Amino acid sequence: MKIHEYQAKEFFRKYNIPTPKEKLITNLDEVDLALSELNFPIVAKAQVLVGGRGKAGGVQFCQTPEELKEAVKRILSMTIKNLAVKKLLLAEAVKYEKEFYLGITIDRERRAPVLIASAAGGMDIEEIALRHPEQIVITELSPFLRLKSYKAREVGNVLFSDKELVNKFIEIAAKLTNIFFDYECNLVEINPLVLADRELVAVDAKIVFDDNGLYRHPELEALRDLDAEEKSELLAKQADLSYVKLTGHVGCIVNGAGLAMATMDLIKKYGAEPANFLDIGGSSSPQKMREAMRIILMDKNVRGILVNIFGGITRCDDVAQGLLWALKEEEIKVPIVARLTGTNELEARMLLENSPIVFARTMTEGVKKIVELTRS
Amino acid sequence: MAILINQETRVIVQGITGRDGSFHTQEMLKYNTKVVAGVTPGKGGSEIFGVPVFDTVREAKNATRANASIIFVPKAFAPDAIYEAIDAELELVVCITEGIPVHEMLKIVSYLKGKKTRLIGPNSAGIISPGKSKVGILPPVAFKEGKVGVVSRSGTLTYEISSHISQAGFGESTVVGIGGDPIVGTNFIDCLKMFEDDPETEAIVLIGEIGGNDEERASEYIKKYIKKPVLAFIAGQTAPPDKRMGHAGAIISGGKGTAQEKIKALNAAGVRVFFEPEEIGRLLCEIFK
Repeated sequence: MKIHEYQAKEFFRKYNIPTPKEKLITNLDEVDLALSELNFPIVAKAQVLVGGRGKAGGVQFCQTPEELKEAVKRILSMTIKNLAVKKLLLAEAVKYEKEFYLGITIDRERRAPVLIASAAGGMDIEEIALRHPEQIVITELSPFLRLKSYKAREVGNVLFSDKELVNKFIEIAAKLTNIFFDYECNLVEINPLVLADRELVAVDAKIVFDDNGLYRHPELEALRDLDAEEKSELLAKQADLSYVKLTGHVGCIVNGAGLAMATMDLIKKYGAEPANFLDIGGSSSPQKMREAMRIILMDKNVRGILVNIFGGITRCDDVAQGLLWALKEEEIKVPIVARLTGTNELEARMLLENSPIVFARTMTEGVKKIVELTRS
Repeated sequence: MAILINQETRVIVQGITGRDGSFHTQEMLKYNTKVVAGVTPGKGGSEIFGVPVFDTVREAKNATRANASIIFVPKAFAPDAIYEAIDAELELVVCITEGIPVHEMLKIVSYLKGKKTRLIGPNSAGIISPGKSKVGILPPVAFKEGKVGVVSRSGTLTYEISSHISQAGFGESTVVGIGGDPIVGTNFIDCLKMFEDDPETEAIVLIGEIGGNDEERASEYIKKYIKKPVLAFIAGQTAPPDKRMGHAGAIISGGKGTAQEKIKALNAAGVRVFFEPEEIGRLLCEIFK
C-alpha cells in the first residue's frame, strides 16, 4: 500500500526526521489560513499516488499569495495519470546547497533489506542508477540487527566530508530504518534529502507498506486513499478475491494468479484485450464464484466472460453452482464460456447442461471461443 | 532418483488438525507419501487418519525419523512453525501458507544461513515426484512419472502446463512449486542445479512470472551451467505496472520485472520460450524426436 507524501511526512515528524514547515489543503479557501503559518517562497505539491507529478505540472514554486492562489486553483483542477488531484501540500521552500538520496528497501536478489544512498539526489533512483551508478552506495541490513551505526557511518563518510554532517546523517538513517522495520515497509525513501544551512532536511517522502504485513498494523488502514483505488477492486478485496481492473472487453475468472495472468496473455495473443485479472483463490465456494460474477458484471466494458478453472483444491462443481446462482439472480446478456478441468469436472458439466454456458475442453479452445463471441 | 523427494521421504505435517492440513494429509496418504507424523501444539498424543500427532516437531522427528515437513499453519503462526522445523534440523521444509509478511521472510532467510534445512516456499503448491511421493497440494491427475523437471512460481499454471507434458507422454521427474512471494527459501537456480545433476531428468521446464529478476538470474545460470534443454513460460505479458497480480511477488515496479525483459534474457541464454501452455507437448516432441 502506498501513502501520500503528506502522510509519509507525518511518520517522519513522529520519528523526528527534520522536514520543511508544511500545510495540507483541499481547496482554495484554505490558502489564507495556511499563509498565516507559512513564509514565502512556498512550493505547492499535488498529492497523488503516482510518480511523475513534477513533469505533469503538479509541483509549482510560488513567490507571492497571488501566484500561489493561481497555482492552487490550477493544480486542484488537474488530473495526473487518471487521478484527480484532491489534496495539495504547501511547503516552505528550502534553500539548499545540495541534494542527496536516501532509501531503504527490500532487495529481492540479495534477499535482504538494503540501505541505498547517493550524493546524486533529486532524480529517481532508477535514473541515478542509470546515469551515476558510481555514486550509489548500497549496504545490506540485517533484519535482526537493523542498522548498526558503524554501517551508517561507512555510508555517511562516502557522502559527507564534514564529521558533524556525518553524525546528522547517521541519526536520520537510523530513524528511517526504524520506520522501515516498525511498520514493515517495502520502501521508505527521502528524495531529495537536502543540505541547507548545515542541516539535513527531508524535502520529499515516500513510504510503501507490505500488503501482507498490514494485518499486523490495523491503524494503517485509515491511511488508504479510497479515491485512488477502483471501487470494484475494493469490493473484490472484501470478498477475498484478487481483482485488477483493466481496459479490455473480455472478462475472465480464473483460479490461481499464474494461470489468471496466462489466461489474460492468451486472450491478447488471440486478438482481444482482457477486461481484468481475477483470481478466485485456492479453496472454492459457490459464494466466491457468485461474487466474482457480480464484480465482473459491474464493468460495462465487458462483452463476454471466460471462466478458466484447473481444479485442484478448487472444485469445479462449486464453480458451476456459483455460475448458476449468478445466472438466476442477474440478467446476464453477455456470453459465458467455461473451461472446467480437474476435481469434480463431470458433476460441473451435469449441473450446467441446460444452461446457456458454452463449454470448452481446453484453455486455448476457451480463449478462442470467447474472443470469437466478443468480436464487435 | 528425482529431486528433493522420493519414496524414502518421511514427512511431518505441521498443522495436521486444521482444515487444509487434514484434507491434504489424506490426499498425500492416498498418493502413498510416507506421512509419518503430524504436529499440532496441544494435541500431542492423539491420532488422525492413523498418523500420530505430536506437540512439537522435535518430538515428532525423534519418534518417527522424519526428514521433511509440510506446513499448513495459518500465516500468523507459520513463521514460528518454520523456525521450529529449522531448529529440529529437518532436511526439507515445504511451506504452503500464503500471506506471510515479507519482513518475516527476511528474518527467516537470514536465520537459514548455515543451517541444514532447505525451505521451499512460502506460498508454494509443494513438490511432486510422480509415482513416488507428493509433499504438497498438487492434484495428481495433472502428473505422470517421466523425465521432465518442472520448476515454477505458480500453482494452477503449473498443473496446466504439466498436464500437457503428461498428455504428450513425457511425464515429469519432479515438479517444484517455489512459491509466488518476493522472498522464498529456494529459487529457480537452486532447482536448476538439482535437475541438472539428476540423471532421471532429461529436460527442464521453467515457469516464471512478472516481478523481481529471478528469471533473469536463472537465465545467466542456464547459459553458464545447464547442459540439458530448458523451456520456459512467463506469465503476465499483459499485466499493468504497479499492480500486484495476486501473488505478492508478481508486480512490475519502477519499470523492472516485465515479462518482455525476462523473455529476452531467457532467449539470450538459449532457452526456448513458449507462449501457450499446450505448445509444450509439441516442443518436447521436437527435443526428444
